Amino acid sequence: METRPAFDEIMGLSGDKPPRPELAALGRWLENTSGDELRRRQESAEAAFRQLGITFAVYGETEAAERIIPFDIVPRVFLHEEWTRLSEGLVQRVEAINAFLDDIYGEQRILSEGVLPADLVLTNPQFRPEIAGMRPPHGVWAHICGIDLVRTGPDDFFVLEDNARTPSGVSYMLENREAMLRLCPELFRSYRVEAVDSYPDRLLETMKSVAPRGTGTPVCVVLTPGHYNSAYYEHSFLADSMGVELVEAADLEVDDDIVWMRTVAGRVRVDVIYRRVDDDYLDPLVFRPDSMLGVPGLIAAYAAGNVAIINAPGNGIADDKAIYSYMPEIVRFYSGGEVKLPNVETWRCREPEALRYTLDHLGELVVKLVDGSGGYGMLVGPTASRDEVERFRAALIAEPHRYIAQPTLALSTVPTLTDTGVSPRHVDFRPFVLTGANGVQVVPGGLTRVALKEGSLVVNSSQGGGTKDSFVLVPDGPVQNMGPSGMTQTMGGMRQEQN
Amino acid sequence: MLSRTASSLYWLGRYFERADFIARLVEATVRLDMLSSRPAGEAAWASALAVTDTEAAFGTRGEAVSSESVGGFLTIDMSHPGSIKRCVEAARLNARATRTALTREAWAAINRAWLLFGQPHSQPCDTTQMLALIDGVKNETRGFEGAIARMLRNETVWFIRLGQTVERADNTARLLDVKYHLLLPEGERVGGVIDRDQWTTILQTVSAVTAYRWLYSEGLTPASVIDLLIARAEMPRSIAASSREAVEILNLLAGRAGRHGEADRMARARRDRMERTRSGDVIASGLHQYLESFIRENDLLHAAIGRQFAFA
Repeated sequence: METRPAFDEIMGLSGDKPPRPELAALGRWLENTSGDELRRRQESAEAAFRQLGITFAVYGETEAAERIIPFDIVPRVFLHEEWTRLSEGLVQRVEAINAFLDDIYGEQRILSEGVLPADLVLTNPQFRPEIAGMRPPHGVWAHICGIDLVRTGPDDFFVLEDNARTPSGVSYMLENREAMLRLCPELFRSYRVEAVDSYPDRLLETMKSVAPRGTGTPVCVVLTPGHYNSAYYEHSFLADSMGVELVEAADLEVDDDIVWMRTVAGRVRVDVIYRRVDDDYLDPLVFRPDSMLGVPGLIAAYAAGNVAIINAPGNGIADDKAIYSYMPEIVRFYSGGEVKLPNVETWRCREPEALRYTLDHLGELVVKLVDGSGGYGMLVGPTASRDEVERFRAALIAEPHRYIAQPTLALSTVPTLTDTGVSPRHVDFRPFVLTGANGVQVVPGGLTRVALKEGSLVVNSSQGGGTKDSFVLVPDGPVQNMGPSGMTQTMGGMRQEQN
Repeated sequence: MLSRTASSLYWLGRYFERADFIARLVEATVRLDMLSSRPAGEAAWASALAVTDTEAAFGTRGEAVSSESVGGFLTIDMSHPGSIKRCVEAARLNARATRTALTREAWAAINRAWLLFGQPHSQPCDTTQMLALIDGVKNETRGFEGAIARMLRNETVWFIRLGQTVERADNTARLLDVKYHLLLPEGERVGGVIDRDQWTTILQTVSAVTAYRWLYSEGLTPASVIDLLIARAEMPRSIAASSREAVEILNLLAGRAGRHGEADRMARARRDRMERTRSGDVIASGLHQYLESFIRENDLLHAAIGRQFAFA
């Protein structure tokens, strides 16, 4: 099925050659550890995940709706230099996303200067006119970004998707690492790996840094839709590990533009809300009036500058798939420099020429709904059946503006434990980027998703994908870096001057 | 602590305690039904319905009162909100909503109790099956007690315990009221000929058969059973013990929250009155009226707790 040679992140360009020199020890480990032993460890990790209840819900499935995401025991490894380059690109991209949001809900310079077609933004359902004119505390919009990346060669990383709303998966990054430390300690003796366990502290620090009130210790909370939500485990995990309350909308009330939470000791004023609730369900007075999950008056309190909402409402316009294709222009416009992390080449089917090209090459392309996610509403040309291709052809002709097309990339692979031993499987990567009042930082690690089916390019957990731990190697030197300096930081300079 | 969390923990305590109480009640009733010298049969199960205040709910089903019908109704009936199964389910939902507040051990005990009901049981359920289920529930409620004893002594545990103690006071008062009413109809004197099996049932339901023997040397008398369940604070399920415990827990909570409220005042007044209560006086002036007013007062305390901690 797979014809083009894919870059393997451990073994190099061909699985037959010896592994990449820096990863020789990992190659030996793979060779010397029996398949049965790897399987035993993997099963032990999965059993632990099941007991902890690290599950996700598969929408549309009634049977066994609560499942764990399969975990693969073979880690993916980033060399220190690779990571440094990648981080610079991520910082640049996230700075641009923040600047873009600040502009688009403010002056809209990017529209008046003709860099983006105005109708693409203004008629986009992800653009929230209700938010226009509001500015979040400290001007930070996208506090937590999960930038989805793919790789095709040693130095070839591409951004597949910018998640600037409520990216999930960070609990897997942390739990996968805990499992690896316990089950494969010998790997951590061979390699010095950047620690990821400071993530909750980093997140709390980020939240506190954007608190609207200058004095005292800000009160931070995590807002969840409730325990029926598919990502509830992650919500409770984050609240628990930061030591803040996990609240539901009913626990909050807004009085005179101030947000309070109801506690047994009376009302407590809330300064920062990390919400894991979509914009639509934030405040029934502003967004969906039928929302039972919302907090009436929350947006008014936000507009009054009395509460920080993480991520800011209205961010959907920045990670929209139609806007995505303009990200290189957006980055260039706000950073004034060249794009360090390129996009995947994208045809916008709303443009007649691009549509024609897409229809002529359906068998080679990946076609996506601009408002789809989770691998739903997606055509992978090379592996699709004739029927599927024809269904997409009809849909494209009927509603071209709803689609974009991209080349089918030869995604990199990582050795993965399968029923027939260790074999290469395609992966993608979601690093987590935090932005606070003091700048942008990239957490040295992330979520590697792996397509467990041979040749498959679809890594989504809802489509049978699994996860791996992602090692970022510490530069040569004696000490493993555990503290804040283990993070890539850029101080200041994260926003374009506005006036 | 969030009011919603506190409310869930309190209700978790109430429901799990209720599940345990009904389990013991059914178990004791099975015994009464089987061992009685003159078979109690229908009357035994009718009194179980009376204790749980579910005669009307059961009546609407149009079934004859029997071990199978009432046993199934009180144990596994999903359409009856007071069945053990529904109580365990409610406890589990509350536990799940506050999952991070509980330790893994405490959650696991509740979860295991719920899993006991996993297999579809056919109605009417046979007695052996019913007793096995009840044994399982009792094991898990005991396991839960052990688990919360190992938790940090903070609001989480206190709200669970507060729910348990309010529920326990209610259950004991109901048990005593109904059985007493049933066993000593109008005109009969305390101290007359008694139905030993019925009175033993009461002690079994509150797990006090052995405790009774230690405390009262004169053998089984209604007056002593009443004394044990009302006035003896060393008896964990007595009304006196529950009243005292409610005050202690509310004091701990007030220490944390830094303020006292209506519930504290009510609980203290109740405890002070209980300290002066002599069971002989209660019997003389009318046990039924006494228990009825106690149950009402306990409901008022429950409502005051909800207001004080903004359960809503």
